Amino acid sequence: MDLAELKALAVAEKAKFKPLRVHCCTSTGCQAAQSLEVKNNLAKAIQDKGLGDRAEVVGVGCMGFCGRGPLVQFAHDDQLFETVTPDQAEGIIDVLAGGEADLVKGDPEHPFFSRQFHIVRKNSGNINPDRIEDYIAVGGYQSLYKALFEMSPAEVVAEVTASGLRGRGGGGFPTGIKWATVAKMPEGQKYVICNGDEGDPGAFMDRSVLESDPHLVLEGMAIAAYAVGANHGYIYVRAEYPLAIQRLETAIKQAKRYGILGSQIFDSPFDFKIDIRIGAGAFVCGEETALIHSIEGKRGNPRPRPPYPAQDGLWHCPTLINNVETYGNISAIIEKGSAWFSGIGTEKSKGTKIFALTGKIRNNGLIEVPMGITLREIVEEMGGGVPDGEIKAVQTGGPSGGCIPAYLLDTPVDYDSLTKVGSMMGSGGMVVMDTGTSMVEVAQFYMDFCQEESCGKCVPCRAGTVQLHAMLTRLLKKQATLADLETMEQLCYMVKEMSLCGLGMTAPNPVLSTLQYFRSEYEELLQPLPTMPENHALSV
Amino acid sequence: MSITTLKINGQDVVTESGKTVLAAAKEAGIPIPTLCHLEGISEAGACRLCAVEVKGTPKLMAACVTTVAEGMEVETHTPKLQDYRRMIVELFFAEGNHVCSICVANGNCELQDAAIEVGMDHSRFNYRFPDRGMDLSHSQFGIDHNRCILCTRCVRVCDEIEGAHVWDVGNRGEACYIVSGMDQPWGEVSACTACGKCVDACPTGAIFRKGTTTGEKAGDRAKLEFLVNARDKQEWSR
Ligand SMILES: Cc1cc2nc3c(=O)[nH]c(=O)nc-3n(C[C@H](O)[C@H](O)[C@H](O)COP(=O)(O)O)c2cc1C
Ligand code: SF4
Ligand code: SF4
Ligand code: SF4
Ligand code: FES
Ligand code: FES
Repeated sequence: MDLAELKALAVAEKAKFKPLRVHCCTSTGCQAAQSLEVKNNLAKAIQDKGLGDRAEVVGVGCMGFCGRGPLVQFAHDDQLFETVTPDQAEGIIDVLAGGEADLVKGDPEHPFFSRQFHIVRKNSGNINPDRIEDYIAVGGYQSLYKALFEMSPAEVVAEVTASGLRGRGGGGFPTGIKWATVAKMPEGQKYVICNGDEGDPGAFMDRSVLESDPHLVLEGMAIAAYAVGANHGYIYVRAEYPLAIQRLETAIKQAKRYGILGSQIFDSPFDFKIDIRIGAGAFVCGEETALIHSIEGKRGNPRPRPPYPAQDGLWHCPTLINNVETYGNISAIIEKGSAWFSGIGTEKSKGTKIFALTGKIRNNGLIEVPMGITLREIVEEMGGGVPDGEIKAVQTGGPSGGCIPAYLLDTPVDYDSLTKVGSMMGSGGMVVMDTGTSMVEVAQFYMDFCQEESCGKCVPCRAGTVQLHAMLTRLLKKQATLADLETMEQLCYMVKEMSLCGLGMTAPNPVLSTLQYFRSEYEELLQPLPTMPENHALSV
Repeated sequence: MSITTLKINGQDVVTESGKTVLAAAKEAGIPIPTLCHLEGISEAGACRLCAVEVKGTPKLMAACVTTVAEGMEVETHTPKLQDYRRMIVELFFAEGNHVCSICVANGNCELQDAAIEVGMDHSRFNYRFPDRGMDLSHSQFGIDHNRCILCTRCVRVCDEIEGAHVWDVGNRGEACYIVSGMDQPWGEVSACTACGKCVDACPTGAIFRKGTTTGEKAGDRAKLEFLVNARDKQEWSR
């Protein structure tokens, strides 16, 4: 296939779209709320009402407003229906045909949608993730073609470097520099890995991207492989994501059939195959060296770095490892150029970030926002604020991050600002807490998670998190003294500085940040000091 | 042989390039406390006791897995490091069941040595008193998991020197434990050659020879080093 054929296919596929397309979300969140039945009923209603020649229902990926699912949307006029039940399908088709029905209508102009900026999620909720033709219809794989035929590998690396893209897996490492390091390694076997382990509690951005637009990630990986000189890639997904795995399998099969993955891609000399590896759902297996061990069939333990995977990775070969969302940005960067991309966001954080907005907030769901937007805009405008009560803090970065108090809500969302206030960007969890929330309990919750998920290899993390959890528990039972609190704080710093991998190094963050901003809550929980009996005067 | 020069605690040190900071310090007569390190087998970087400060990076580096670099300035015994080391030893003692007075390794235990070295006389952390059990199914040896500090020296010595790979780590976090074979009783693992290397490798009284009693486990760790280097050095007896 060449570019002309690819474009012709895109046009032909687009022409097959019927004028009235009814999008029905078939991602995990909505599926759990019977969206597959909704979809079947919609299809049936279209037939029953004789609209079959101009209307069709399309199972699409996640639209983001998962808290109000199942969602159904008309592609032609953006009309949105929320919390749809299977028996409302007929009514929806009546509306499609110009009639009326009693339905819960969403507002597609609401800031929740209008403040978003879609790069990675541009196709999510708009195409059928089970059909490569749908992806091709919206211009898919043209960036890969462009990279292979119009750019040298070094030019691709330079473009990604110039874009300012930073890793979306948590650390925020400049993606271009990582690619350049792998590209510079001597020729030979190299690998590309996509990290889809996504273990943070409450985070589901990567799952949504994989379920809604698997080809976008495959395309990003293929471009990366071309740039760094790899011919084999792995996608590591946790077993708890069966739908994502299934859609990836379908996507890989379809791409192979079109000659877009496999040998001699687009009849060029470039070969690239992708295999899926399924993780057992350990948080630590998201850490890159542990993930590599896991793919190698070993115990998922991190190892000390350096050497970094870029030099010594999978089976000791140079390995590029990036997050799902990072790969999701590549196609757009190649298509529209680095200048376009670096025009979005702030000086040091370019592009967008997807967050899973949850907690005590009206509008739950996934949002893709430009970097530099403030927390206040996200929480108050897009999220609609706290249902009843007042906002107390926003937690970002999951078990590695921290709690940002309400008075710092004007902090812009970018890597450096979030780190500066004692939290971090993390992979994209954002939990809103109201004034009824006990910050010590929050810290205890995350510490419980970390002690469970520690791989157990290094002592500060294995035994330190256990002791921190025990101390927080004692504190909550009002059995801790001021000395205990001091020891706990020292232990936090020790675990942070002495642990082997990022899990231990960041595990104390939820405690440290709540101590920083909500210290009085800790002090109020201290064991009351024994008081002197009244008559204990020095009357001996 | 190319050489690297660096400074450890202000002292100029010249060493073979590619060596670890730990090895360079040892050559220079500067002892850095270790537990998971064992001469002759690969490094794990797990106990973190050997952490040192390196000028120019805010991170503490484990000396056993950090390669020397030209002009590097290393501090091995700052008050902060000593503080942290002490805390680590406390964590070890609080995490297992270490009753020295009735232990085979009493007086010959590297954990005890570490405790003395960092001046740990009590633990600020609550003892966990785990019930980890022991395995006496082997005809010659036993393992008392209560005394195990999960340094994985037994795992590595059995895999890398004896080539039997009897041991591995099971589970995660606090629930980690050393498994034999396919999580079978040690005595049933046919791969075990009863060579006794894991007994010598174990820094504590966790793995021991049957029939030894309190304070009788005198480890012979030099034996392992000798075995590993025998072929290289063409030395077949010692
Ligand atoms: C405990 C731990 C868990 C992690 N989990 C993930 C994860 O689920 N997904 C991910 O992409 N990166 C995760 N990371 C970060 C990876 O180690 C690695 O930095 C990342 O995949 C690199 O990709 P990026 O540069 O595109 O962000 C984790 C790191 C640590 C320390
Ligand atoms: S292993 Fe060492 S520290 Fe533990 S009880 Fe035995 S002698 Fe004491
Ligand atoms: S006795 Fe030898 S073979 Fe048996 S477990 Fe120990 S080191 Fe391995
Ligand atoms: S049994 Fe001994 S050598 Fe093996 S991990 Fe435990 S303490 Fe280390
Ligand atoms: S899962 Fe349906 S909108 Fe997200
Ligand atoms: S001796 Fe270096 S980490 Fe254990």
